[in-house]
Amino acid sequence: MSFTQIKFYQTGTFTIGNRLLGEEDRSIQSAADRANSLNCGHRACQGCGEALGARYAIDAAMRASKGRLVVANATGCLEVFVTPYPESSWQIAWMHSLFGNAPAVATGIAAAMKVKGREDVRVLAQGGDGGTTDIGFACLSGMFERNDDVLYVCYDNEAYMNTGVQRSSATPAAARTATTPALGVEPGNRFGQGKSIPLIAMAHQIPYVATASVANLRDLEDKIERATLLRGARYVHVHVPCPLGWGSEPRDTIKVARLAVETGFFPLFEAEFGEVSSHTTIRRRVPVEEYLRPQKRFAHLFHPVTDADRIARLQAIADRNIERFHLLD
Amino acid sequence: MAESVALCRPEVVCAYPITPQTHIVEALGEMVKSGRLKRCEFINVESEFAALSVAIGASGAGARSYTATASQGLLYMTEAVYNASGLGLPIVMTIGNRAIGAPINIWNDHSDSMSVRDSGWLQLYAETNQEAADLHIQAFRLAEELSLPVMVCMDGFILTHAYERVDVPSQEEVDAWLPPFEPRQVLDPAAPLSIGSLVGPEAFTEVRYLAHRAQLQALERIPELSREFARAFGRNSGGLVRGYRTEEADADAEILVVALGSVNGTIQEVIDELRDDGVRIGSVSICSYRPFPFDVLRETLGRARQVVVVEKCLAVGTGGIVSMEVQTALTGLPVKVSTVVAGLGGRPITRKSLRETFERANRGQLPPLTFLDLNEDAVSRELERQSERRCSGPTAENILRDLRTAALRPA
Amino acid sequence: MFQIRIHGRGGQGVVSAAEILSVAAFLEGKYAQAFPSFGSERTGAPVMSFCRVDDKPIRLREPVLYPDALIIQDPTLLLLPGLFEGLAPGGFALINSSDEQNPPALARAGCPPEHRVAIGATELALKYVGRPLPNAALLGGFAALTGILRLESVLAAIREKFSAKVGAANAAAAQAAWDMVQEARMGAHASAN
Repeated sequence: MSFTQIKFYQTGTFTIGNRLLGEEDRSIQSAADRANSLNCGHRACQGCGEALGARYAIDAAMRASKGRLVVANATGCLEVFVTPYPESSWQIAWMHSLFGNAPAVATGIAAAMKVKGREDVRVLAQGGDGGTTDIGFACLSGMFERNDDVLYVCYDNEAYMNTGVQRSSATPAAARTATTPALGVEPGNRFGQGKSIPLIAMAHQIPYVATASVANLRDLEDKIERATLLRGARYVHVHVPCPLGWGSEPRDTIKVARLAVETGFFPLFEAEFGEVSSHTTIRRRVPVEEYLRPQKRFAHLFHPVTDADRIARLQAIADRNIERFHLLD
Repeated sequence: MAESVALCRPEVVCAYPITPQTHIVEALGEMVKSGRLKRCEFINVESEFAALSVAIGASGAGARSYTATASQGLLYMTEAVYNASGLGLPIVMTIGNRAIGAPINIWNDHSDSMSVRDSGWLQLYAETNQEAADLHIQAFRLAEELSLPVMVCMDGFILTHAYERVDVPSQEEVDAWLPPFEPRQVLDPAAPLSIGSLVGPEAFTEVRYLAHRAQLQALERIPELSREFARAFGRNSGGLVRGYRTEEADADAEILVVALGSVNGTIQEVIDELRDDGVRIGSVSICSYRPFPFDVLRETLGRARQVVVVEKCLAVGTGGIVSMEVQTALTGLPVKVSTVVAGLGGRPITRKSLRETFERANRGQLPPLTFLDLNEDAVSRELERQSERRCSGPTAENILRDLRTAALRPA
Repeated sequence: MFQIRIHGRGGQGVVSAAEILSVAAFLEGKYAQAFPSFGSERTGAPVMSFCRVDDKPIRLREPVLYPDALIIQDPTLLLLPGLFEGLAPGGFALINSSDEQNPPALARAGCPPEHRVAIGATELALKYVGRPLPNAALLGGFAALTGILRLESVLAAIREKFSAKVGAANAAAAQAAWDMVQEARMGAHASAN
C-alpha cells in the first residue's frame, strides 16, 4: 500500500508566528526584523510570565514607534533579571531609577524629548504591581492627572516577587504570600477592597486604558501597538503568572493566565477617556475553582478541607467582573 | 530577630518588603496570624514611607510600635524619620544595613543608617546576631525612657541572613525587664491634646536643644542599661564601646582599630594573629553611634600612637564619616588617624586584606585615606579615559562603554 | 575551625543544607555559623552557602575562601570554573552524581582520593522523599566522609528543620547516604590494601 503524506496547515488563523498570513496580519514577534528588545540571556526564572509579556510588549511598542522608544523601568524582577552588571539584555534605550518613581522618570524623559524637538521619540514606563499599585501609585496618579505623554505598562504578578513573594495591594484575596501566610482564621490574603488600577486609571479619564494577558499574546501586541500610537497618558495592565510565587508549574504559565481570563477573574477590556470601549468575550466560561487549583498559593482552600465559603467569595468577584464588563455578551 | 522583637510585646508592626530585612517582619506577621503573638496588629503597607507613618500614628496613640527597613527604604521614609524623632515617639526600627544606590546594590554597607545619623534617632550597631537580638530588647526600654526613637543596625546578609547560636530569653525574663509602654503624651479623646503643632522661631531652638540633651542623657543610660541587661540575662551586649586587647600587661596597644558592626569579628581574628607576631594592636567596636561617645573614645583611643578607622561608608568627596567624628574625639592629642573605607556594596572584608592593611599601619605606611581592595587597574584606566574625554552619565555604564569602544578599535 | 562550602542551584536547598549543618553542630555543643552567598536569586541559578563549625565562638565574617570540605549538590556545576577554588590540600569533596563512583572531574578537586566521593543523592531523595531535593541526603554522606559531625546530630537537625513526615523521609535518605559513603570508604580501603 502506498502512503500519501498529508500536511495540515492552519490557514487564515492568527496563531502567533503563522507564516501563511499576509504580512500585515502576522504577529510582531513572528517578524524576522522584530526589535528583539529583550534579548535572550537574561536571568528570569523558567516559565516567567513577566519576561514573556515584556518581550511581546516592548517589541510591539518598538514597532509602533518605528524604533524610537525610550523605556523607564521601576525596580523589580523585570529590572533585576535583565541588568546584572556588566551585562544587560535590553537592546533599547532603557533607564532604571528607583522603585516608586518610574512614572515620574518617564514624565521627565518625555519633557526632555519635547524640549529638544524630538516628540517623535515615544516614552514607555514599566513596572510590576508592587511598583505600580503601591509605592509608585502617587507618581502614577500624577502622571495621569497631567496627561503626560507616557504609556505605562504594569506587569501584574500579584505580589512583590523579587524580594520573596510578599503581598501587594494587587494580591488577590485568599492568596498565600510570605506576609499573608495560610494561618489563623483568615488564611492567606484578607478579603479587602481590592485595588483596580485600570479602573482608577479610567477615573482619571486618560485617553487609553487596557488590560491584557500573556494568555492572549496577539491581543497584548495589538493593545500595546494601539496605545503607542496614541498621545497623552495611557495605561496597560498585563496579567503575568509567576510560577515561583503562585506555585504553579513553569510550563503552565500561559494555561493559568488563560484560566484567569476564562473564569472572568481577570477581565480583558479597553477604555477611552473613562468609558469602556471594548472587551474580550469569554468563549468558554470556567468556574473559578479551576483557576485556583493549579496554584499552590491557593492550596489551603482545598487542603485539608475545601473552603467552600472563600471559594464562593472568589467566584463572586469573577461573577461581578463578568457582569460589569459584559464578558459573556 | 523576630523572636526577640516579639518578646517585647509590640502592639503595632508594619511591614514593607525590602531586602535584607523582609524575613524579620514576615516572621512577625506569621506569629501574629498564628496567634503566637497576641494583642498585636500587623499591617502590610504600600511603601516604607507608609510603614514609618503607620508606626508614628500608632506610637502617638500609645502603642508600642515597630518596623524594619534598609537602604532605599530608609531614604524613602526619611521625612518620617525626622518626624518621628521630632515628635519624640519611642519607635524601634531595625535597619538591615544595605548600600544605597545608584548603582542599585542589595549588599551590605553602612551608607543607609549613616545617611540619617543626624536625624535625632539613637543608633546602635550590633556585632553579632546575639547582640542584635539583645539590642532590640534594650532599645525598647531606652526609647521609652528617653522618648526618642531607636535604630538597631545589623549588617545586611552578613548578620540578617546568617544562622548562628543565639540565646533567646523567655517571655517572663523580658516582661520583668521591659515594663509596658506608658507614654507621656497620648492621643486619647478622654484627655485631648494636639501633637505636631507649628513651632516658630521663638521655640524651635529650645525643642532641638532638648532633643540634643536627651541624646546626651543616653550617653549615661546606655551603659547603665547594658549593665542591667547583663545582670538580668547574664550576657554582655550593648553599651557605648567595647575594647579588644586594647590593654595588655606591658604591651598596651599602640595601634587601635575602630569599626562598627560585624566586621569587628574578623578584625579581632586579625588582632590575635598580629599580637602573636608581637604587634601591639587592639580594636574598639563602637556600639552606640548616636549618641556618639566622644569622651569614652578619647579615653580609650587617646593613648595609642595610631588609630585606623575601618568603615563601611563614604562621604563622597570628603572621606570617612566615622573617622571625622573619631578625629573630633581626639582633638589635641598626638594620635594619627587613618581611614580605611572597606566593604562598600558588600565587598567581602577578608582577614588577609585587613592584615596587610594593619601591617602597613605598623610600618607607618598607611595613607590618611585608603579604599580596601580597590581595583587600582580598573580605576586608573577609567581616570585616564576620563582625562581624555569627559562623559556625562553613570560611571558604571561609562566604564563598560569605554571598554567596548576600546575592544572594537582596530588594532 | 572546619569550613564547608556548598554549591548547588537555586531551589535545591543549598541554604537549608548549611543551616542544617549548623544546627547539627549546635546539638553537639559546638559553635557554628551558616550563611548563603547572595546574588539575585532565582530557581536554577548557581548558588553557594557556607558553614563554619568550631569548638569556640566564631568571629570571622568573611565568606569561606579556604573550605575544608566542599559539597556539590549538582553535577552540572562541575563545568563552573573556580568550583574547587581554595579547597584545603587535605580537604574533602562530596558530589551528588550517580554516574560513577568518582567522576573524572572530581579529581580536579585536588584532594586525596579517599577524601572525595560521589553519591547519587538525587536518586536517594526521590526514593525516600519523593522529590529531587538532594540536600539532606548529601549531609548524611558528608557526616560519613568527614566525621566532623555525628550522624545522629545530622539526623536530629534534619528532623528539626522539616515537618514530621518530611523530616523522617529526609532523615532516611541521609541515613542511606551515610551507609553508601561508609561502604565506599571501606571499599576504597579494601582495594588500597
